[in-house]
Amino acid sequence: MSITIDTATQQIALDEVPLSQRGPAPQRVVAGFGFWLFLLSDIIIFSALFAAYAVLNDQTNGGPGAIELFNKRHVFIETACLLASSFTCGMMVISVDRRSAPSTYFWALLTLLLGLAFLRLEVSEFSDMVLHGAGPSRSAFLSSFFTLVGTHGLHVTAGACWLLVMMAQVATLGFRPMVMRRMLCFSLFWHALDIVWIGVFTVVYLGAHG
Amino acid sequence: MFGKLSWAAIPLNEPIPLITVGVLIVGIVGILSLVTWKGWWPYLWREWITTTDHKRLGVMYVILALVMLLRGFSDAIMMRAQLALAAGHAAGYLPPDHYNQIFSAHGTIMIFFVGMAFVIGLMNFALPLQLGVRDVAFPVLNSVGFWLTAAGVLLVNVSLGVGEFSRTGWLAYPPLSEIAYSPGVGVDYYLWSLQISGLGTLLSGINLTTTILKLRAPGMSYARMPVFCWTALASNLLIVAAFPILTATFAMLLLDRYLGFHFFTNDGGGNPMMYINLIWGWGHPEVYILILPAFGVFSEVIATFSGKPLFGYRSMVMATMAICVLSFMVWLHHFFTMGAGANVNAFFGIATMIIAVPTGVKVFNWLFTMYGGSIRFTAPVLWAIGFIVTFVIGGMTGVLMAIPPADFVLHNSLFLIAHFHNVIIGGVIFGAMAGYTYWFPKAFGFKLHEGLGKAVFWCWFVGFYLAFMPLYGLGLMGATRRMQHYADTSWQPLMIVAFGGAVVILIGIILTVAQLVVSIRTRNRRRDLSGDPWNGRTLEWSTSSPPPVWNFAVLPVVSGPDAFWRTKHNPKGPAPKYEPLEVPKHSALGFTVAFFAVPLGFALIWHIWWLAIVGLLGIVAAVLRHAWRVDLEEHVSLATILEHEQAQQLRAARA
Repeated sequence: MSITIDTATQQIALDEVPLSQRGPAPQRVVAGFGFWLFLLSDIIIFSALFAAYAVLNDQTNGGPGAIELFNKRHVFIETACLLASSFTCGMMVISVDRRSAPSTYFWALLTLLLGLAFLRLEVSEFSDMVLHGAGPSRSAFLSSFFTLVGTHGLHVTAGACWLLVMMAQVATLGFRPMVMRRMLCFSLFWHALDIVWIGVFTVVYLGAHG
Repeated sequence: MFGKLSWAAIPLNEPIPLITVGVLIVGIVGILSLVTWKGWWPYLWREWITTTDHKRLGVMYVILALVMLLRGFSDAIMMRAQLALAAGHAAGYLPPDHYNQIFSAHGTIMIFFVGMAFVIGLMNFALPLQLGVRDVAFPVLNSVGFWLTAAGVLLVNVSLGVGEFSRTGWLAYPPLSEIAYSPGVGVDYYLWSLQISGLGTLLSGINLTTTILKLRAPGMSYARMPVFCWTALASNLLIVAAFPILTATFAMLLLDRYLGFHFFTNDGGGNPMMYINLIWGWGHPEVYILILPAFGVFSEVIATFSGKPLFGYRSMVMATMAICVLSFMVWLHHFFTMGAGANVNAFFGIATMIIAVPTGVKVFNWLFTMYGGSIRFTAPVLWAIGFIVTFVIGGMTGVLMAIPPADFVLHNSLFLIAHFHNVIIGGVIFGAMAGYTYWFPKAFGFKLHEGLGKAVFWCWFVGFYLAFMPLYGLGLMGATRRMQHYADTSWQPLMIVAFGGAVVILIGIILTVAQLVVSIRTRNRRRDLSGDPWNGRTLEWSTSSPPPVWNFAVLPVVSGPDAFWRTKHNPKGPAPKYEPLEVPKHSALGFTVAFFAVPLGFALIWHIWWLAIVGLLGIVAAVLRHAWRVDLEEHVSLATILEHEQAQQLRAARA
């Protein structure tokens, strides 16, 4: 970043104006802020699903309950995959800031693989449950479980598709500001999914009782 | 191949919907042929359908709202006519099955497609102009939001001719709305059209919140924003925080209906009351999403036409934000009769009464603004004064029902119907009409006919009281809502008065159309040449009417509240330095997404899975195509800007 002396003096003059009076914010700030608002709204969708789970998790309708169904070792590996993918996603953003395409691809690939591993484990957990007669229509508890955890899984799937699209964008459009803004939004999305998963892990899996 | 869809879905044996659909189809085909015959398609496509200009999108939202007002009002007057007739042994003319669809459609359309579309349209149009900026934060997303709303509107109206609409009231309470008790497609029409338009609303909420918080003219700190911007901020924050609850709740009901889940069913451990709690977690903030922008309009109108700054600006802002927060803490007052217990009901009853306090602060601020002012009694001011009177009455009947024991008597009675129409018509509709009249010259460059505008107001005002005051009485006498017939013939006189009120409102609606037609025909006599037809105070009046695509050639520099009033009375500073600028290019993304969202929704309603996949893939393809567009901005040359500025100076000199 090179700042000419002229813009540097302008910068100093600008710093004396309160933030709220400096006029329209730059596009990067606007895009990031808008995406934060979107994430907020997305997290509210999850709050509603968490609320439903909290209300319904005792309603097993004579079917299996949380303790019988959940395998904590399995969930631990899932969580590890997702948390590790947040780290690799962070590394990817650093690579984007340095405009290094090879290292962006490398970290993106790792992020993608960890995300897919998470999804693979989730799908096997779901299919095991369905095969053992514990599908979502068995009881209100299972309806709310599949919806909450499944919605998170759908988000991870959407994130994985988005990451593929972004790699295609980096390859064809290069590191132009538009692409970099979108990479920033993607990383916000991916980290937000981690935060939601921490909630799922705590409330659903650690909170499981008989 | 066509899922549940067959020829039986066309209501060939029901004359009323059949005739309506026939008229609609003739009307639509007529309009489309006219457009084709006149060769207007390229113009419409370029200037309106693919526009990303917030002003044009705002205008389209308002047109959508006015058209849907006709639909929603037709439902209303049909219900009033039925109830004026169906007393004692008389059965009326609407079978119960059809009547249930009508009241469900009336509520759904009036809230989602009239109220929401109108206030979002006004905010879209006025906010960037008031903030002194060139556009909203995300112009393309703005277009997507509008077209998704239009897609929802289309789906609701398709239900008239293909299949049926929901019979479960405007909020589709389970277990009635579950597949076991509503096996038809009515509830699915309701759910999918609101999911699609709800997504549009959420996008516009994110967009406008970002616009207010991140894009303001230099010098416009929060405390210098016009009050309409504040109320719009509160309203859009509520959209961002509340609409996801609606989406999630509807998603759960859809899973129950489509995949046999047990969220709200009677069996399997489901909990129908959870739906009622969740839906009102969205629903109560929703009423403030509607009313807060209307409060903002009244603040602007009253200050402008009193020739005074708004009294108590800071208390107005505080009251607005207090309402914004408190609106999330009163949802349970919609169902005190659930039986949550005395303590819970007491908490929500008191919270409800507390929320009346900031509203009262606002009423006094408006009164004190008018006090000592030189008031011009224009049509917007009549709407504002009519609002203050009507809304205070509606507010007081609301506080009455906030007392749980009283609510146990009044719950689901016509008293409740009278109360919420009292605040929604007296608040939202009056506010929307005031804003429509107030900003019309800014949008089109000429004023609406003043005399007809006043006649419209008086029809709505008198018609409202005639239509709804009897309902308070009937409610106390025991008449319930959603009632298609009643045995007690002593209710009939009041029912006939209420029908008379609806007829007066109908005259008001006809006069609204007449006002528009007359004003357009005589527009050359009504030109607003100066750009400031009302001696305004805020920045939208500092640019030409209609404004150029770029709104402001040079961004205004703001030094205090009522920014335009200040510069008008203390002109100072150097001559403006014009520079070339960029405006967002047109984009077909919004229209394309909606184009595929309609068959997607229709296919999901009728279980036509291949078509649903086609719709979904179409949307994905449109979004991907947009993602690779790199030239999103259009250059406006200095010559174009100077030409516009000089033309405007000449026009202003003629004024």
